[in-house]
Amino acid sequence: MDKTQIIKELAKIVTPYTEEKSALENIGEDTDFITDLKINSANLVDIVLDIEEKFNIAIDNDSMAKMLTVKATVEIIETKLNAG
Amino acid sequence: MVTTSKKILDQLPYGKSFLFVDELLHLDENGAKGTYTYHEDLPFYEAHFKNAPITPAVILIETMAQIGLVCLGFFLIENTKTDQNISLAMTSNAIDFLKPVYPGEKVWVTSEKVYFRFNKLSCKVKMENALGEIVCKGNISGMLISKAHE
Repeated sequence: MDKTQIIKELAKIVTPYTEEKSALENIGEDTDFITDLKINSANLVDIVLDIEEKFNIAIDNDSMAKMLTVKATVEIIETKLNAG
Repeated sequence: MVTTSKKILDQLPYGKSFLFVDELLHLDENGAKGTYTYHEDLPFYEAHFKNAPITPAVILIETMAQIGLVCLGFFLIENTKTDQNISLAMTSNAIDFLKPVYPGEKVWVTSEKVYFRFNKLSCKVKMENALGEIVCKGNISGMLISKAHE
């Protein structure tokens, strides 16, 4: 799965957790979950759990702490997918 | 068990007029069970509703959250104690209300942990009355908040 596909899947996952429709339509590497999509920390946990399920990977606490932007999240997903 | 529940009840941050836990009957890493009796002199009965006192749904949610989410959360972090002052904030809930709860009724709340990850605790909860009927049920989630200094 390449970066574009991962971002497309991420957009699907975050859709139920954001009201920022235009930020969501323009989602890209620079999108910040908290400042751009206005997602709170509780929903960020659900997003990470959905990512684990969708990509069949395990996210640890250190990775979770870094997953604040699409860029960082894609990098973590890619790393975990390659390691698996 | 008695010591554990007492320790957890002592940690609860609620004042007397907003404490909705009387006793904790069971606590383990997968869930909690406790009771509360809504005394007739609770202040909201005077106004909810005028001449027709009934326990507000929001109080039923609070009761399920205090027993099912907060007490369980405190139990789960018992072994990972830090110097920090920890509290739990309710972040979402989805509850169905099936039966009314009148002044004087005792209720039993049971919660089952769905997950506890990245400081978020999500639980399936139900409240039963003295007849064993489910009065409300659903899902409640909260985040652990660390307060480094009071």
